[in-house]
Amino acid sequence: MIRVANLYKSFGAQNVLKGVNIEFASGKITTIVGTSGCGKTVLLKHLNALLLPDKGEVFIDNVDITKLGQKDLYQMRGKFGVLFQGAALLDSMTVFDNVAFPLREKTTTSESDINKKVAERLEQVGLGAMGHKFPAELSGGMKKRAGLARALIMDPEIVLFDEPTTGLDPVLATSIHQLIARTHAAFGFTGIVVSHTIPQVFDISDYVAMLADGVVEEISPPEEFCASQNPVVQQFIQGKTEGPIQVL
Amino acid sequence: MVSLLGQTGRFALDQTAEMGRIFLFLVAALFQAFRPPAKIRLILYHIKTIGVDSLSVVALSGFFTGMVLGFQGYYSLRKFNAESWLGSATALGLLRELGPVLSAFMVTGRTGSAMAAELGTMRATEQIDALYSMAINPIKYLVSPRIVASLLAMPLLTAIFNVIGIFGSYVVGVGILGVSSGSFFSGMENSVVFHDVYSGVVKSVCFGLIITWICCYKGFNAPPMATGVSQATTESVVLSFVLILVWDYFLTSIML
Repeated sequence: MIRVANLYKSFGAQNVLKGVNIEFASGKITTIVGTSGCGKTVLLKHLNALLLPDKGEVFIDNVDITKLGQKDLYQMRGKFGVLFQGAALLDSMTVFDNVAFPLREKTTTSESDINKKVAERLEQVGLGAMGHKFPAELSGGMKKRAGLARALIMDPEIVLFDEPTTGLDPVLATSIHQLIARTHAAFGFTGIVVSHTIPQVFDISDYVAMLADGVVEEISPPEEFCASQNPVVQQFIQGKTEGPIQVL
Repeated sequence: MVSLLGQTGRFALDQTAEMGRIFLFLVAALFQAFRPPAKIRLILYHIKTIGVDSLSVVALSGFFTGMVLGFQGYYSLRKFNAESWLGSATALGLLRELGPVLSAFMVTGRTGSAMAAELGTMRATEQIDALYSMAINPIKYLVSPRIVASLLAMPLLTAIFNVIGIFGSYVVGVGILGVSSGSFFSGMENSVVFHDVYSGVVKSVCFGLIITWICCYKGFNAPPMATGVSQATTESVVLSFVLILVWDYFLTSIML
């Protein structure tokens, strides 16, 4: 269970999060939507303490991670897999070595077992033949898939997806969504997705949360979310410029 | 007036805080360097990038520095009819001062700037965040091996710079200007003592630490954008040069 309580975060004079309260259901996929720059990625980065709040708490299994020491923090991060917006593959390594990296660094798994597991994960994301390539040689979609393979290699309890389909064409975006759904069904992790790709992302979501003006405006299952009477939610879904969301 | 005082105070506080952060970064990197498991493969890799890959530029600059020293030394010593001391003057100048400083400059320009740019790019492309999120300490993985490698590689590069520099001076002094080969080497043998070699080694180790410390700090904390990376690279080179010269003054005054 992940719970965020009364979370505040500012960067200089810019108040990004203004008291976020949200719970993410275990074993489910929750998608966070909201306008560009509303603080979705900032919220995501608080969940595994890549950012620390100015005020508020983030509970993972009832432990407030904002108060953990460095050793416990690293241990807690072991529960997470993260797919970054640009995949964040280490560009000095091949795709295979990138995926194998957490196993080599954090476990005593033998090299033959690592080879087997990495090959299996790469196969699952459709990159079975791409292990020898460097990140610079991959397309955007391939990088995301390689990033997903790396995020899943340690069998994490929680996987964070930061805009997994941004910059991809609709077909590729759908294939990434299907990949997330497939891997979720296979591994049963708690998934938290930050995305702009609506309504397609609703197909893989158990819950949708909308972040607006630094707070969670609404969280509900996709069908209820789409039918919401909340004018902020409706303006966002319909992509209207008139309404409570100030565009410019 | 009050505003000016306020700005000066804020500047002083910011600079003090920055110095504190730089120092804590070094403490963390050194702590991780001596904490198991040792990253032997990474250390060897960085010895290659810092040491082996800098060899040609260090050798070339050492050779020309030695040749210039040969000409300048000959010109100065001739005024006192002391041309035979050319070998001694060259060796002392290189071993104690020019070897460590100039090879440190070469390594800063060639490798230090690359370190800052590489780490800055890793920051901008979230690769450092990715390490954190994989529960891997980026200081231990990215910084500590570079520091250990530079501590090992810098004295060796400096030694190579010195040897090639002395050879360059020999080529000019003996080969071109007609100084006796025997007096070139006997003067060197008579005047160079272990302390001269030792002080050069100490300097090169300190400069190696300064280069990787500053360049890694600047790259690691670069603002995550293209201009941030270029700014970090420039700052790392300039600050390294300045600190090398300042530290050189203190080390010289202590070890004279």
